[in-house]
Amino acid sequence: MATLANMTMNILELDNLTYSWPKRQQLSIDIEHFALQQGQKLFIKGPSGSGKSTLLNLLTGIIPANSGSSIKVLGQQLCEMSGARRDKFRADHIGYIFQQFNLIPYLSVIDNVLLPCRFSSSRADRVAADPKQQARKLLSKLKLSDMDILTPVSALSIGQQQRVAAARALIGSPELIIADEPSSALDHDTRSAFIELLMQECQSSGATLIFVSHDPSLESLFDRSVQLQDINLQGVTQ
Amino acid sequence: MKTIALLTWKSINNRRSSALLTVFTVAISMLLLLGVERIRTQAKDSFANTISNTDLIVGARSGEVNLLLYSVFRIGNATNNIDWQSYQKLAGQADVKWSIPISLGDSHRGFRVMGTNTDYFKFYQYGNRQALQFDSGQPFAQLFDTVIGADVARKLGYSVGSKIIIAHGISDKSFTRHDNLPFKVVGILAPTGTPVDKTVHLSLAAIEALHSGWNPAGNVGTSKNQHQPTFHPEQITAFMLGLKSKIKTFSVQRKINNYPTEPLTAIMPGVALHQLWSMMSIAEQALLAISGFVVVAGLLGMLSCLLTSLQERRREMAILRAMGARPGHIFALLVAEATLITAAGISLGVSFLYLLLAAIAPLINSRFGISIESASISTHELKLIVTVLLGGMLIGLIPAFRAYRQSLADGMTIRI
Repeated sequence: MATLANMTMNILELDNLTYSWPKRQQLSIDIEHFALQQGQKLFIKGPSGSGKSTLLNLLTGIIPANSGSSIKVLGQQLCEMSGARRDKFRADHIGYIFQQFNLIPYLSVIDNVLLPCRFSSSRADRVAADPKQQARKLLSKLKLSDMDILTPVSALSIGQQQRVAAARALIGSPELIIADEPSSALDHDTRSAFIELLMQECQSSGATLIFVSHDPSLESLFDRSVQLQDINLQGVTQ
Repeated sequence: MKTIALLTWKSINNRRSSALLTVFTVAISMLLLLGVERIRTQAKDSFANTISNTDLIVGARSGEVNLLLYSVFRIGNATNNIDWQSYQKLAGQADVKWSIPISLGDSHRGFRVMGTNTDYFKFYQYGNRQALQFDSGQPFAQLFDTVIGADVARKLGYSVGSKIIIAHGISDKSFTRHDNLPFKVVGILAPTGTPVDKTVHLSLAAIEALHSGWNPAGNVGTSKNQHQPTFHPEQITAFMLGLKSKIKTFSVQRKINNYPTEPLTAIMPGVALHQLWSMMSIAEQALLAISGFVVVAGLLGMLSCLLTSLQERRREMAILRAMGARPGHIFALLVAEATLITAAGISLGVSFLYLLLAAIAPLINSRFGISIESASISTHELKLIVTVLLGGMLIGLIPAFRAYRQSLADGMTIRI
């Protein structure tokens, strides 16, 4: 069955991934091998300075890795793509949630959610029938009321903002969702609720989730957990 | 492209008040630039249209500009007069087609009085070879007849048949006011937009009568047809010549300039007008330069506004990058903002210009006799507009480039 084949496919494969910031000798990322299967929910933990941001910038193709590195996402080699193609690839296949301040203040909740569809035609195609309806559906699944949807984004609580951001990451069903400490600004109760909702939605859209945090208490919620220092041979960026 | 346009619009809309202020700054600088430009060109046109188809103007020896100023613009005074005999001799040359003698030096309630003959109404031309036209009445025929310009009639409320008093000398407060010599308005000229509108025309004989000390107090006003002594002019201030052939202009000019009996100067009006205008062009250029600098200041205001906003928008840029925006998109976003603000400023400035022109054109026309038309945008003005727009886009490249570099450096790291 196709689904079975998909299950065993690696969505992410890193080989000999190295990165050093411009004008610096020392490597800040040095990962020999790492693979992640499609549909998995991965928890990456690491203290600040362990290279989390750098790794995420590499995975999303924002910065190019050193030569000789291999980053395969969905079987495609990011290291061979031009900057523009990496940007398009990111738009098409990756949903991203920031730690906080996720939303563009001058766009409405719906426009914020639909933003990825403006940069990716393939994600736009997947919601083509009625993008706004699709956005509303996602938002209501993430427990945002119709009232919340009409509120200016700056008037939403942080928890609500993060849920809007989750809806934005999920719209158009990208294969990979990357969340960079999205719950660190939330209090304990909201945090678990948020993560559960996020996981549910990843499950139902079949997306793989990479969740980065320094909070070890969340670890148990995930299929798989790695300590960044364990895979990154150059654990310290300072 | 559509995305950038939408984001640009929403982002500017979000910073409405500061964006509006910037738009206003650009609009006002644009208004000033176009306004100065328009007044400059129209004043120049109006100026060049003051006299037409006259080949030579002759007066007592003086500077060209001085002669032009008093003979055509009624500004200043002649250094000396021309003997009537000299005029008759020079105007009688074979090459001369027509001549208009003029005699200046008197005023009527702030308007200059000019003595001439009826050839003036026949041959004097302004604008694009337009002859003088009568709004009402006819040229003077009797000694105490007068023909007035359109402005004189309007300002002083005269009509054909009005009785007026002419003073000797320029000032209205003149002690030697000839208030016992009433003249009668027999004709009113159609408006020309030239100093003719502000002139009271008499016959040369009437000017002579004014100055001869002849006192007709008992006669005038009782009976018109009474015998009047005939006055022959002895001197005039200047005269205008039309030649049979333009080719002769230089030789006639030379002959007049070398006239042995008295020192005279003959000028070609076009050349003198040009000379006069270039004297004024320093002020005109300075004005244009100042309005140019105001535009630069306006655009720099926009630059500072965009640069200030950039710091607080780093987060927004990072979000857009994470959503798949290319650095080029970020660049385009800022250039589009600068372009939109400049374009809006220009449109607003142009609208202001037309509103202002509609409001003040009548005022300027009545005050200075310069007719400002609400003509459509000229090619030259279009060039200015495009230059300002390009300037705005060019200035937009600065924050755009900075945002581009920032978004490359920041990546998806949100800095607050």
